[in-house]
Amino acid sequence: MAKSNTHIIDRTKRVISIRGLHKSFGTNHVLRGIDLDIFQGENVVVLGRSGTGKSVLIKIIAGLLKPDSGSVNVLGNDVERISYRELEKLRLRIGFSFQSSALYDSMTVRENLEFPLLRNSKHLSTQQVRQAVEKALDAVGLSQTINQWPGELSGGQRKRIGIARTLIMQPAIMLYDEPTAGLDPITSMEINDLINEVQERFNTSSIIITHDLTCAKSTGDRVAVLLDGRFVKQGSFEEVFTSGDERIKSFYDYNFIT
Amino acid sequence: MDDASMKLKQKQPRRYVVSRKLDAFFFDVYAFGQFIARFFRNLFLPPYEFKEVVHQCYMVGVKSLPLITLTGFITGIVFTKQSRPSLSEFGATSWLPSLVAIAIIRALAPLVTGLITAGKVGSNIGAELGSMKVTEQIDAMEVSATNPFKFLVVTRVIATTCMVPLLMLYMALVALLGAFVNVHANEQTSFILFIENGFQSINFLDLFSSVLKSVVFGFTIGIVSCYQGYTTTQGTQGVGRAANTSVVLAMFLIFIEEIIIVQVVNWFRIT
Ligand SMILES: Nc1ncnc2c1ncn2[C@@H]1O[C@H](COP(=O)(O)OP(=O)(O)OP(=O)(O)O)[C@@H](O)[C@H]1O
Ligand SMILES: [Mg+2]
Repeated sequence: MAKSNTHIIDRTKRVISIRGLHKSFGTNHVLRGIDLDIFQGENVVVLGRSGTGKSVLIKIIAGLLKPDSGSVNVLGNDVERISYRELEKLRLRIGFSFQSSALYDSMTVRENLEFPLLRNSKHLSTQQVRQAVEKALDAVGLSQTINQWPGELSGGQRKRIGIARTLIMQPAIMLYDEPTAGLDPITSMEINDLINEVQERFNTSSIIITHDLTCAKSTGDRVAVLLDGRFVKQGSFEEVFTSGDERIKSFYDYNFIT
Repeated sequence: MDDASMKLKQKQPRRYVVSRKLDAFFFDVYAFGQFIARFFRNLFLPPYEFKEVVHQCYMVGVKSLPLITLTGFITGIVFTKQSRPSLSEFGATSWLPSLVAIAIIRALAPLVTGLITAGKVGSNIGAELGSMKVTEQIDAMEVSATNPFKFLVVTRVIATTCMVPLLMLYMALVALLGAFVNVHANEQTSFILFIENGFQSINFLDLFSSVLKSVVFGFTIGIVSCYQGYTTTQGTQGVGRAANTSVVLAMFLIFIEEIIIVQVVNWFRIT
């Protein structure tokens, strides 16, 4: 199914702007000249095979990894140049949903969700914090897990809690690392709807990394294909997959035939 | 992961200065040095995580109490029991309380507390931070604008540094109690006499050097296990290795430090 919402994208405002980004680990040259713009309110899907550096790319955007060369501008800040304090401020406006969920094992679901709030919005009352937590959990449909430990949850539940934890700060940019990986089709669809809902409600711009073409199709305003450390094709889902590029076609065939 | 020591640990020199293993060793030592420097830089910079420090003190201190009590009591009894024959050869069992007190306060309490906490707390911290590292929980903390180094490392090192001396004092008391139980059962010494005899031979320098040792041991346990955990790589296998190396390295360093501090204190004793 195609993307259903009719969200308006402001094509004059770039929230992320990357130019000539390179990153290697030792002799492993992962990113080889990335150029990417994300506009206000836009969902961009990044497709690419395992190990092409998709996670590395969004970690660089969030300032978790340092680029070797090139410029990364996020919400008007040059991620490499700003001080640690400024980077922390910027990070409050970025939501990062990890591939591995990354829930804090030593905290309950409630404490996981409270953690960013209690530490960064100290003006909130206990009541407000509780409400925010309940609302965020409700948004991912997992209110009943509030007092459970991450170890007691399924992979899909953990993923949704992870997304709830990032949504709670109402970020301007969401970075989803494989939000639907390992989930059943129905849960995946719920996640896709959630991603679209977040976009619509908060006018959030997102990067969605995925192998799941259904997810790509239903959430992406634009699809960018990462191959050998570069974006080889960008455009709408249809544009990308009707372009006749063999490398992209094989990705598509594999996804739907097997 | 924009962590300097992490990068240093990963960096593989292309051409080796001595040999691959030895170079890696010195790289690791250098990275560890950087980690310690980073600790002191972060120690004095706000925000201070008071609440988390208290929580960690509880985890390190209170949670170790049962083990410390048990080992302390047994150490006291066994040491007294084993010392008796050699003293009774000279008919000097009345010296037992002072001998035992000196041994416990000068040597046994700091060393045993250090080793026990290294085993219990060191492996705990190594494994906990290690698994947080490999499951991206440390990254998650960083992107939610909490400095993970301060929140996880600084708090734990403060906790071990403060708690090990307290645990040592507590263990000394429990061990003395164990010794008293044994002495009382065999020589019918009264508690007052035991205390009098015992503490006669202890001076301020003894106590001071033991506290100093414990502070150093506590810091060592904290910083070593945090370093191992915080720089864990290679998945769950790395977590096991981090826990293991934390204990082995901390114990090894504790022995080295023991030797050095005893030498220095003895030098003061003579002059
Ligand atoms: N911290 C790191 N240290 C060394 N190498 C790394 C590190 N992080 C990533 N890499 C390497 O970078 C490459 C890309 O990794 P990345 O995790 O970005 O892949 P990915 O595109 O997200 O793949 P997947 O779809 O499987 O998640 C891999 O070859 C990996 O070995
Ligand atoms: Mg990835």
